[in-house]
Amino acid sequence: MARITIDPITRIEGHLKIDVEIEGGQVKDAWSTGTLFRGFEIILQNRDPRDAWHIVQRICGVCPVSHGHASSMSMDDAFKAQPPSNGRIIRNMIEGGQFVHSHILWFYHLNALDYVDVVSALKADPKEPSLKKVQAKLKAFVDSGQLGPFANAYWGHPAYKLPPEVNLLAVAHYLEALEMQAKAAQICALFAGREPMIMTSPPGGVTHVPTVDDMKNYLYRVNELRTWIDNVFIPDTLAIAPYYIDYAGIGKGHGNYLSWGVFEDESYDPKKRFLPRGTLLASDFPKVHDAKAEDILEHVSHGWYKDGKPLNPTVGVTDPEYTGYNPDKKYTWAKAPRLDNKPMEVGALSRMLVAYASGDPAVQKITNGALSALGQAGKPQVLMSVLGRIATRALECKLVADQMYQWGLDLIDNLKTGKTAVYTDYQIPDKAQGAGLWEAPRGALGHWIDVEGKKIKNYQAIVPSTWNCSPRDDNGVRGPLEEALIGTKVANAEKPLEVLRVVHSFDPCLACTVHVIHPDSNRIMQFKVS
Amino acid sequence: MGKKDEVSNQFLDALEFRGVKRRDFLKYCGATAAILGLSELHIPKIASALEKASKRPPVVWLNFAADTGCTEAFIKATYPGPAEVLLDIVSLDYNETIQAANGKQVDEILEASKNAGGYILIIEGGIPTKKGHGMIGGKEMIDIFKEMAGPAVAILAVGSCATDGGVPAGNPNPSQIIGTGAAMKKLGINKPLVNLDLCPVNPQYLVGVIVNYLLLGKLPELDSLGRPVMYYGQNIHDNCERRAHFDAGRFVEKFGSKEEGLQYCLYKMGCKGPLTNSLCPKIQYNNRTSWCVKAGGPCIGCAERNWVDKFAGFYQPLPGIKIPGLGGVEIGADTLGAVAAAATVAGVAIHAAGTKAAGRFKGHDDGGDK
Repeated sequence: MARITIDPITRIEGHLKIDVEIEGGQVKDAWSTGTLFRGFEIILQNRDPRDAWHIVQRICGVCPVSHGHASSMSMDDAFKAQPPSNGRIIRNMIEGGQFVHSHILWFYHLNALDYVDVVSALKADPKEPSLKKVQAKLKAFVDSGQLGPFANAYWGHPAYKLPPEVNLLAVAHYLEALEMQAKAAQICALFAGREPMIMTSPPGGVTHVPTVDDMKNYLYRVNELRTWIDNVFIPDTLAIAPYYIDYAGIGKGHGNYLSWGVFEDESYDPKKRFLPRGTLLASDFPKVHDAKAEDILEHVSHGWYKDGKPLNPTVGVTDPEYTGYNPDKKYTWAKAPRLDNKPMEVGALSRMLVAYASGDPAVQKITNGALSALGQAGKPQVLMSVLGRIATRALECKLVADQMYQWGLDLIDNLKTGKTAVYTDYQIPDKAQGAGLWEAPRGALGHWIDVEGKKIKNYQAIVPSTWNCSPRDDNGVRGPLEEALIGTKVANAEKPLEVLRVVHSFDPCLACTVHVIHPDSNRIMQFKVS
Repeated sequence: MGKKDEVSNQFLDALEFRGVKRRDFLKYCGATAAILGLSELHIPKIASALEKASKRPPVVWLNFAADTGCTEAFIKATYPGPAEVLLDIVSLDYNETIQAANGKQVDEILEASKNAGGYILIIEGGIPTKKGHGMIGGKEMIDIFKEMAGPAVAILAVGSCATDGGVPAGNPNPSQIIGTGAAMKKLGINKPLVNLDLCPVNPQYLVGVIVNYLLLGKLPELDSLGRPVMYYGQNIHDNCERRAHFDAGRFVEKFGSKEEGLQYCLYKMGCKGPLTNSLCPKIQYNNRTSWCVKAGGPCIGCAERNWVDKFAGFYQPLPGIKIPGLGGVEIGADTLGAVAAAATVAGVAIHAAGTKAAGRFKGHDDGGDK
């Protein structure tokens, strides 16, 4: 039995270590470890609650918009300050810009190099002049001997399957996508001042008053992105997938999926969000269940915390204690959240499956189309895999970009009919509690706030990678990423490319995962969960 | 203008096929020249210097107690964009967020860089000093910093976390995170250090400092906090597009109001611009699409040291600044400048008193030279 440690895992956000045990060329067991501890919740205590939505954006510089929005939503709830229609739409538009940005960046810059062999692209014989130029540039770059970010990777590994021409095309699009992800973020900046770290979505709505000039700018930019997604991103996904169709059977994991839902509907009903709230369970797929935050329990037996029974965030106790790496006992800074005692996978796959199973026509149409194109018609179950996580991110990116255009039109309709309010004013109550259950690009995100004396008494967040990268729970059940690794074939233990593919498919975001209370105290957290 | 200063067509072709129009590139060089105080005659020289560097300078980018927001900001740089910076300007030999290699192969790269030396070391994130709170590859972050700082030619601390620990070092600083300057002091490392405060860094500042270094062979002039004067030498309030409304006593008093539609001053909504030095109003963000105040978000002062504690209460008006009367009594910039300077002292004193009362929000060691 061989044991492989991959530390650091690169092309993710944050600091992650993965340990796997290999037997007979397959992963027999796996451990996921978050290696950085910061402690945002204690930093938030005693502050003006309105500061929280700025501070929590610094939990994650990759999805700050979602953290900011979930935080403000917890206070919309606590302060009874539901944003007016335009506030809701503009938040959706800013969130949409981040989703599109994040999915493009993940697909091309974080994930693609597990499938695209950059060096092989030099062997291509392109006819297209623009591709010839890219190849010449690449050759000059490689000949310089300074490979920069492309140095010392697994180039030439037998698990790379693409022909040189497809590799070259993907390299060209890697460069193009660098520009497109930046353009998507510019859309956020139009309304929010800048991205990362937006400035205009505090509790109550937004502080940006939209103008006709904004709308012209917005619609033009959204269409530029839609064109690129339709002509490059989606075709790339469908062109590369057939070479890696075996990954439709790799990395399934537990098969339980959670989505809190994202992009607020005018009814403010989470089940009617553009991507709706719900859960799916391996035991009775495709039945959609209600997702209830009351059912969350966080286990700490394998995290660097003093032992205690699993608790809901409403009554959670957190008492950190670093005791060194011991895979049999404690091996990570992450806690293990479970919903109704089950480990839940979160992310684009969960959102798309919940929407699909809930009967969303747009999601069903695009998903069925992609399944047909890959020769998997009528088999949505194949999406429960590494390939499914990749494909559903691409499809979700297209759906969100298309819907962003519609939100622009909705906003214009409101302005035409004299509906101009973007913000609901409020007084901070002396005592109040609230929850913001939302989605970051990489999965379900919950923020809970407890205000007393107009200050933050307690604050709690459970973020996407806390679910996905969680360690074993008190019953010894692995976290979703750990479980997904089991059975993965590894050709060369020195170059565990296949392991990386499973890990990257979850789009881990570790700075988010480790969120903790004061290391030297033992506070009791109390929250209302709605 | 000598022949060697001319920009080769080949170079411009190379830029063009990646979507950078010649005009845009020369425009970027123009912006660089303006910032460096060079005349426009130098524009071709800048382009040529960037092209002719025979070996791209190696850069090692270490990500410590950060949220990767500064890497995210960096890849949204424009003129030049991230592809140009990565392929033509520097050799980014180590950056965990984007590099292809993983695990053991990553360690090998870091080891090779350390042995070769001579790189620009970019630090993103603060450095935890509490054992076990920040580790990569089984090593404490502070030990990695110590190893890698030695062979570097210069260190750039990028973003607030790197300069003073930033938000995660906010009171009570659970992981005892320190900034790069403080870590250097603690470890006895003596190297040129440039601090690029901001949360996140403005990518134009970062690329600008690197280009400045390549062109002039030296680091830019720094202020007392180690920040480039060319980016931090001016006050946000002085350059703000809403300044005239402040002077005329026209304020936004409620978010989303008619006054916000008219882009009145955000001072009463808590704007920290009067106490914050950065070129935000001029350089802006995301390809100069917008910036905080322009979009209707009051400045939170994130270019200043210890901002998350110093400016806590982001939506509360700064204490001690005299507001021009609503009757439209305008005061000159000079008068206001004096008021603002006095207010800095008063503001800090008031915050200090509040800190004591609440028993928190004390400052932490930011490694600055003040």
